[in-house]
Amino acid sequence: MIALLGLALGVVLGLVLQPTVPTELQPYLPIAVVAALDALFGGLRATLDGIFDDRVFVTSFLSNVVLAALIVFLGDQLGVGSQLSTAVVVVLGIRIFSNAAAIRRHVFKA
Amino acid sequence: MSLDEPQRPPRQTRAPADGWDAVRRVLRPRRSRSQLIIGVLCALLGFAVVTQVHQTSETNLSGLTQDELVRILDEATDRADALSAEEADLQREREQLASGSDTRAAALAAAERNAAAQGILTGRLPATGPGVKITVSDPDGQVRPLTLLNMLEELRNAGAEAVSVNGVRVVASSSFTGSAGSVVLDEQLLEAPYLWEAIGDPDTIDTALGIPGGASAAVRRDGGHASVAKLDSVTITAVTRAADPRYATPVPASTP
Repeated sequence: MIALLGLALGVVLGLVLQPTVPTELQPYLPIAVVAALDALFGGLRATLDGIFDDRVFVTSFLSNVVLAALIVFLGDQLGVGSQLSTAVVVVLGIRIFSNAAAIRRHVFKA
Repeated sequence: MSLDEPQRPPRQTRAPADGWDAVRRVLRPRRSRSQLIIGVLCALLGFAVVTQVHQTSETNLSGLTQDELVRILDEATDRADALSAEEADLQREREQLASGSDTRAAALAAAERNAAAQGILTGRLPATGPGVKITVSDPDGQVRPLTLLNMLEELRNAGAEAVSVNGVRVVASSSFTGSAGSVVLDEQLLEAPYLWEAIGDPDTIDTALGIPGGASAAVRRDGGHASVAKLDSVTITAVTRAADPRYATPVPASTP
């Protein structure tokens, strides 16, 4: 519940403040968002599985975000930034889908 | 919020729930430090998502990667090249059209000059210029048409470009007929004295007429007298109407 409230609060804050992303962070923010979404879905699935752990969630959330941004940063330095971004998005997308499938099985039994 | 659930069992020992029960349990508010951290993280996520969406919808160049910028630059360059090529084409076309109209204007001017020259030579236009006025007196009525024709030929030989006699324009098809004393020029009876007007080089005409045995001498032989007055400006207002050729047509310009 608090998570949902936090999510709504963040959305409202973003809508109200209309912040501009600093130029240096612009390539990394979308990847970080996808990584965080992955962590969120993972946490939701763990909750439904009954194996949710706060520490694991916080750690995975932060490490996912930082790692994804780091990979993209490294790719930019190596000249393959866009390809690595795609790779990260694909991997995280697959994970999000599998998590969503698990959640769906829990909720709808199907 | 969580006061109505005081006997909530610890999360870690909670048995896996099924279906919507599990969802409801998940959504049940719980207050703990870790939950707060999770809420903060979720708030961050929501904030980031909205920010990113907002950023993406702005679509400015600064958010693009180097590859995309290079591609956009390439596209812009290609577009500019295509546009400049098109501009060059249009410029060339415009020049062609302009030169075409110039050519037409030049042709029109040449045609007008040509028409003026032809009009003077065929007697369709009044003419003015340096020339001579010749008065041929015929006291005895003995000047023959042949004598006047002789004088006309002499004038033409001397380069006279427009000739009239007694207000009758003399052209290529003109003819002196009748008999001595009653000369008919193009079906008009001429009365003595015959007043010639000719446009041409006055000195040349004067000299040509004065040749021994020439036109003036012929007039004298017929008992008349020709006097030539050289003038800086002679104006011939008499015109004739040239008949359109019935049989002759211009030879088509030969194609190379």
